[in-house]
Amino acid sequence: MSLLSLQGLTKAYPGVVANDNVSFEIERGEIHALLGENGAGKSTLVKTIYGLVKPDAGSMLLEGAAFAPPEPRAARSAGVAMVFQHFSLFDALNVAENIALGMENPPPLQDVSERVRAVSDQYGLPLDPSRVVGDLSAGERQRVEIIRCLLQDPKLLIMDEPTSVLTPQEVTILFETLRKLAAEGTAILYISHKLEEIRALCDRATVLRMGRVVGACDPRQTSAREMAELMVGAVLQVPEKPEKPAGDVALTLTGLSAPAPHEFGTALRDISLTVRRGEVLGVGGVAGNGQDELVAALSGEMPVGASMVRMGNENIGHLPPNARRALGLCAAPEERNGHAAAPDMTLIENALLTGNVRKGLSSRGFIKWDRARDFAAEIIEKFDVRTPSANNTARSLSGGNLQKFVIGREIMQDPDVLIINQPTWGVDASAAAAIRQAILDLAADGAAVIVISQDLDELMEIADRFAALNEGRMSDPRPAKGLTIDEIGLMLGGSHDMEVSHVDA
Amino acid sequence: MITLEKRAGPSKVWAFATPLLAVALTMIVGGILFAVLGKDPFETIRTIFLDPLFSEFAWFYRPQLLIKGAPLVLIAIGLSFGFRAGVWNIGAEGQYIMGAICGAAVGLALYPMESRLIFPLMVLAGAFGGWAWAMVPGILRVKFGTNEILVSLMLVYVAEQMLASMALGAMRNPEGMGFPGSRNLAQYPSAANLELIKDSGMHWGIVAALIAVIFAYVTLSRHIFGFQVRLTGQSPRAAKFASVNPARMILICLGISGALAGMAGLFEVAGPAGQISIDFNVGYGFTAIIVAFLGRLHPIGILLAGGLMALTYIGGEIAQSNLGLPGAAIQLLQGMLLFFLLAVDVLTNYRIKFGKGGTV
Repeated sequence: MSLLSLQGLTKAYPGVVANDNVSFEIERGEIHALLGENGAGKSTLVKTIYGLVKPDAGSMLLEGAAFAPPEPRAARSAGVAMVFQHFSLFDALNVAENIALGMENPPPLQDVSERVRAVSDQYGLPLDPSRVVGDLSAGERQRVEIIRCLLQDPKLLIMDEPTSVLTPQEVTILFETLRKLAAEGTAILYISHKLEEIRALCDRATVLRMGRVVGACDPRQTSAREMAELMVGAVLQVPEKPEKPAGDVALTLTGLSAPAPHEFGTALRDISLTVRRGEVLGVGGVAGNGQDELVAALSGEMPVGASMVRMGNENIGHLPPNARRALGLCAAPEERNGHAAAPDMTLIENALLTGNVRKGLSSRGFIKWDRARDFAAEIIEKFDVRTPSANNTARSLSGGNLQKFVIGREIMQDPDVLIINQPTWGVDASAAAAIRQAILDLAADGAAVIVISQDLDELMEIADRFAALNEGRMSDPRPAKGLTIDEIGLMLGGSHDMEVSHVDA
Repeated sequence: MITLEKRAGPSKVWAFATPLLAVALTMIVGGILFAVLGKDPFETIRTIFLDPLFSEFAWFYRPQLLIKGAPLVLIAIGLSFGFRAGVWNIGAEGQYIMGAICGAAVGLALYPMESRLIFPLMVLAGAFGGWAWAMVPGILRVKFGTNEILVSLMLVYVAEQMLASMALGAMRNPEGMGFPGSRNLAQYPSAANLELIKDSGMHWGIVAALIAVIFAYVTLSRHIFGFQVRLTGQSPRAAKFASVNPARMILICLGISGALAGMAGLFEVAGPAGQISIDFNVGYGFTAIIVAFLGRLHPIGILLAGGLMALTYIGGEIAQSNLGLPGAAIQLLQGMLLFFLLAVDVLTNYRIKFGKGGTV
């Protein structure tokens, strides 16, 4: 008898069938991968298992007994635990307090701390229960969430994209923990789009496409490419990187430093580098190590010393975003809703948001709405943004579509220097390939591009040089070709005593 | 079980329908209130909402509508910029008073000189007074991160004290036999804000209010500044990314609302009120907040809402004198209007679902 058996689960939302007759089984002690593009129905499915969504049809059996949790609390008490992609922790409280807050009847904090210590020793997840969460790295925060789940002694642990915020070394630790758990009989449902990880970790994989189960495979026997094609349902286009000679220096950072903009931000410390025309510089690093701050300093949202940022021979560190756009520097921040785009505004208005200067969408301050409309329509067409019309609000688009719109908006302004943070975050495989190709094409036309990403495979695919950001410091960029995953891991981990060698390297 | 479901986008139909629904609900609940007070609800509602326009004496009330409506519209237009950008100027009443004091001061200082330049000068001084008073919460917010809601509100009470001091001291009419209050500016030709067309009620304040409506409409729909105002209110981070300087935006929005409120004060003191007196302010600055929201922060909506609110003022006075309705009941009615508007506003962004929903 399998641990959890899903039988014909169906869930429809207005206009879309999120899950269509989904059936599969999860065995005790197996690590089961759930694969699929964005919108394939993975989240709806796990929310159903976790009691957040009630299916329209179909049923579930947990250890042979009917299982239909009306709310997450019921799912948890039945032995189902879930680690979400986005953490729900209070920055200002310590680890033990955060864990106690999530408990039904929390014992005294002292006991919580002891149990946290015990579980963290048992599973090799180093974590000090007395530390304040705001000071923890993303990997450590995730450990808080995992330990919170393990304290419930779950039979099934669901993990949603757990490695997107981890360094390779932290991934290794996580995988060992998961393997240990599986060996003890806990089943793990593992959602990820990083196929190589799934190949390394999982025993079985179920692939969803458009809400249906389209296949199952043994990830150890199947190539990443085959799995990707199963997910997409088509042959995958791999971006082409043309060989080209490096051009003139387009952007120079000299001793770029800035204090943390808010309490839980990261200070930038003495970053120096150059980016040439035609080059893609990949910046890796675990989230929260200064990525947002670096983008803000480069885009002009956070002004810094004038000579810290130079385009050609011009000092631009003090200029606001529009003045930098006028000079040819465009940027696409990570957060789409509310930063790169205004959620309640139409795509036309969002096209105007950054396109005003370079596209001449206004004259003497008066907006030329017809030109803004044309620009929005152009982006929608060229970047295959799926939306009924440019009059729709940004909020009504799915995350991946809005990402295509935002990236397209910047690329179509034909910048000399482009800064992109997380270009394909939350975007499905085929759209991600299209975005990467557009970035490479832009570079081939002579633009300098800085891509900041946590997806190392992505960086290795498109970057000419690679640098790592760690606690606001940038390692010296190294040619991406020939870098091993271990070397990258060391650059990302950036233990502080390596600083001296950075300078020499 | 009744649940609310978020709409994909704000509903266009409900954006127009909610103010009307709010007015209707106000009439119903107001009617019940009047019935409890022992008045005939239908007659009272008719007196308040229809008599000023259609009764036998409407010729007298119609100009009053313009006189009451103009300051409301002028102030509300100014406030709407700030409210759209997330800058909460609650102290328009104080800025209105300071505008009146500064503008009147110029007129009184030049008395009895006659010149065509005096009135325009007073208008500028009025706008300056309101602007300067609004800069206090603005600068405190920008420099020290104080809350402009509290500061601007508290400054209303400071301005009221200032008004009393002026009426009793510096600006008291030297020929006024010791009575509090300044000279009557309406009787000083160069400073008077007189009717432009006899018996129409039309004075310069109404012209200014109409110009402000048109100016605001064009700015918000066609100008990049209007776009930045809306952007700042909806997503401050995106606004910053679009090169909007948040501190400057706060100062500009407070400046516009302060200057327009100050101008409204000047038009009032030089016209309908005539003089600086202790009880010069009657709450236009606060009522304008209701007007701004009732009009959906949209210039045309504000114009209509200002008219409606003026109607309840005039109608309320008629009901007070003819039907013996207590003045507080009228204020209650006006408050109810905002209350219901905010309540039914939910329908613009959410739809109501009956029956068992229960999914997330």
